[in-house]
Amino acid sequence: MSSGPRTLYDKLWEAHLVETRPDGTSLLYIDRHLVHEVTSPQAFEGLRLAERPLRRPEAILAVIDHNISTQNRTDGSFEETSRLQVEALVENVQAFQVPYIPLLDDRQGIVHVIGPEQGFTLPGSTVVCGDSHTSTHGAFGALAFGIGTSEVEHVFATQTLPQRHSKNMRVRFEGTLPEGLGAKDLALFLIGQIGTAGGTGHVIEFAGSAVGALSMEGRMTLCNMSIEAGARAGLVAPDETTFAYVAGRPMAPAGPHWEQALANWRSLPTDEGATFDQDYTFDVSGLAPQVTWGTNPEAVVDITGRVPDPGAAADPAKQEAMRLALDYMGLQPGTPMEEVPVQVVFIGSCTNGRIEDLRAAAQVARGRKVAPGVRALVVPGSGLVKRQAEAEGLDRVFLEAGFEWRLPGCSMCLGMNDDRVGPGERSASTSNRNFEGRQGRGARTHLVSPAMAAAAAVTGHFTDVRRLLEVR
Amino acid sequence: MKPFTTLTGVAAPLLRANIDTDLLIPKQFLKTIVRTGLGRHLFFELRYDDQGQERPDFVLNRPEYRQTVILLGGPNFGCGSSREHAPWALLDFGIRCVIAPSFADIFYNNCFANGILPITLPLAAVEDLATEGSLTVDLPTQTVSGGGRSYRFDLEPARKTTLLEGLDAIGVSLASLPAIEAYEAKRAKATPWL
Ligand code: SF4
Repeated sequence: MSSGPRTLYDKLWEAHLVETRPDGTSLLYIDRHLVHEVTSPQAFEGLRLAERPLRRPEAILAVIDHNISTQNRTDGSFEETSRLQVEALVENVQAFQVPYIPLLDDRQGIVHVIGPEQGFTLPGSTVVCGDSHTSTHGAFGALAFGIGTSEVEHVFATQTLPQRHSKNMRVRFEGTLPEGLGAKDLALFLIGQIGTAGGTGHVIEFAGSAVGALSMEGRMTLCNMSIEAGARAGLVAPDETTFAYVAGRPMAPAGPHWEQALANWRSLPTDEGATFDQDYTFDVSGLAPQVTWGTNPEAVVDITGRVPDPGAAADPAKQEAMRLALDYMGLQPGTPMEEVPVQVVFIGSCTNGRIEDLRAAAQVARGRKVAPGVRALVVPGSGLVKRQAEAEGLDRVFLEAGFEWRLPGCSMCLGMNDDRVGPGERSASTSNRNFEGRQGRGARTHLVSPAMAAAAAVTGHFTDVRRLLEVR
Repeated sequence: MKPFTTLTGVAAPLLRANIDTDLLIPKQFLKTIVRTGLGRHLFFELRYDDQGQERPDFVLNRPEYRQTVILLGGPNFGCGSSREHAPWALLDFGIRCVIAPSFADIFYNNCFANGILPITLPLAAVEDLATEGSLTVDLPTQTVSGGGRSYRFDLEPARKTTLLEGLDAIGVSLASLPAIEAYEAKRAKATPWL
């Protein structure tokens, strides 16, 4: 393989290469496999039908997150079809001896929240899951990507995946993010710049001083959204922030292995002089909070901006797409974003359901009230996040302000349970997708940061959160 | 997996950009534990109205497109969720080939795992082919043709072989078991914490 300066991605790739076949495909070794109830039943069934053993059960961590009620955890709370999937997972993890976090366990939560929490996600590893937001784990300097169910079965049976080397992209965010802004604003801003297919065929390494300054939570938010830019994966080079987060986690290396691992992890960052196929640099010191107006994450504007006018777009296909989106969203071109009212606020998901996200939202909610006519939900990403938030009194802040405080799960991010946005209702959501129907049939989703979601909740419309923070 | 060599039949145009997998099949149909029977839910939101009645103007509901086997789509086709239910629904409907200017990565992989051929062609070519009601796809020569036009498409040799021979990808990887075991032995020494 290459002997010159290498990128972080190249190093991860080479360290996991089992073999390169004559036809040019590479077999990549998979260290960690997260499993949830929606994309795994057919994969377990495939193993059974082919009478193949599961190669390394200990490389797996399974949890239920997509289907479950966030209001109560008794069996009666499942819809019949959800129950079927939940039961299938429980049966499968028993039959195949797969490590599993039970539904009533405090560690239960969204796959992409619990992996890092448990120290299951580690720098320098390969992580897969039958879920596109597996890109989240790249925040640790792990090569992490989403796969389909056939590939889940492939990893079950072989602990490998045939892969093609992606191109290297670097995105540098330089400067200091203004008060009131966070990683979500960086992610939305980037997708607005390069588009939902801007990262296709690439692995994006996030770098620059504004990324170095992010906490692990922030880095996870950023890498989580790299799939919305079409990228194969997102990455942040591991550093002291990473090591401090990983140290002491239940499944993290300990004792002599810790020192050995650290030495290995310190060798991972991109070498000086390594080249990228695409390289972007953005100064984010003057960035404004971001909010989407359309039906994909690239349809984004500054909160100080207006709903765009399709007539201003250059090409007719683009104009038509914008018109369709505005029609679905029920928006008039030229409307100031701050005048757009919301009926639903959702704070949670694998993008923004971590403790820091809840802190940012609580800071805005504290001492204020949810506006009349607004339904606002806070759904912690895991039981441990919930416990931590409660220890800090954040649940009281939310409840006193009139938010609902729920049990962990995917919830209104995709509404596979009973948390849905109604037809024609408008939501300010901290999740990652504003696709048509994503949060419920006819639901109108605007993606924002947790602080911006809280600001929308307490004012009843999209609001520049920087103003609410100044008032204090 | 069923091998793919040639395919001739109805080609339906749905040229909007960013057709995401939520649009291909919405979440309420992901609760199944089998791979079959999803065709009737394909493009559910576009295909049916609030009462569950077919929308007559949606392309797959029009009489001439009911037997669609090839779908023509816009750029970034299959973006979003990794749900393999999307290709399962296409397949169950009878669609074995999608032609678009670009595909999202996970969806693209999922197609090959299910014997569906995703063809990448420039937008102008897709638009041109969309004016033809019926097309022929020939995988060995890597061409799509219809109404006197013909376009050649690129495809990685390994992907082509997978489809032509209907290969079981897991079986192929298991043939590399000695290499996998050798890697695991090396790994146990180099990164014992993993
Ligand atoms: S929170 Fe949303 S995006 Fe994340 S895993 Fe759950 S459904 Fe997927």
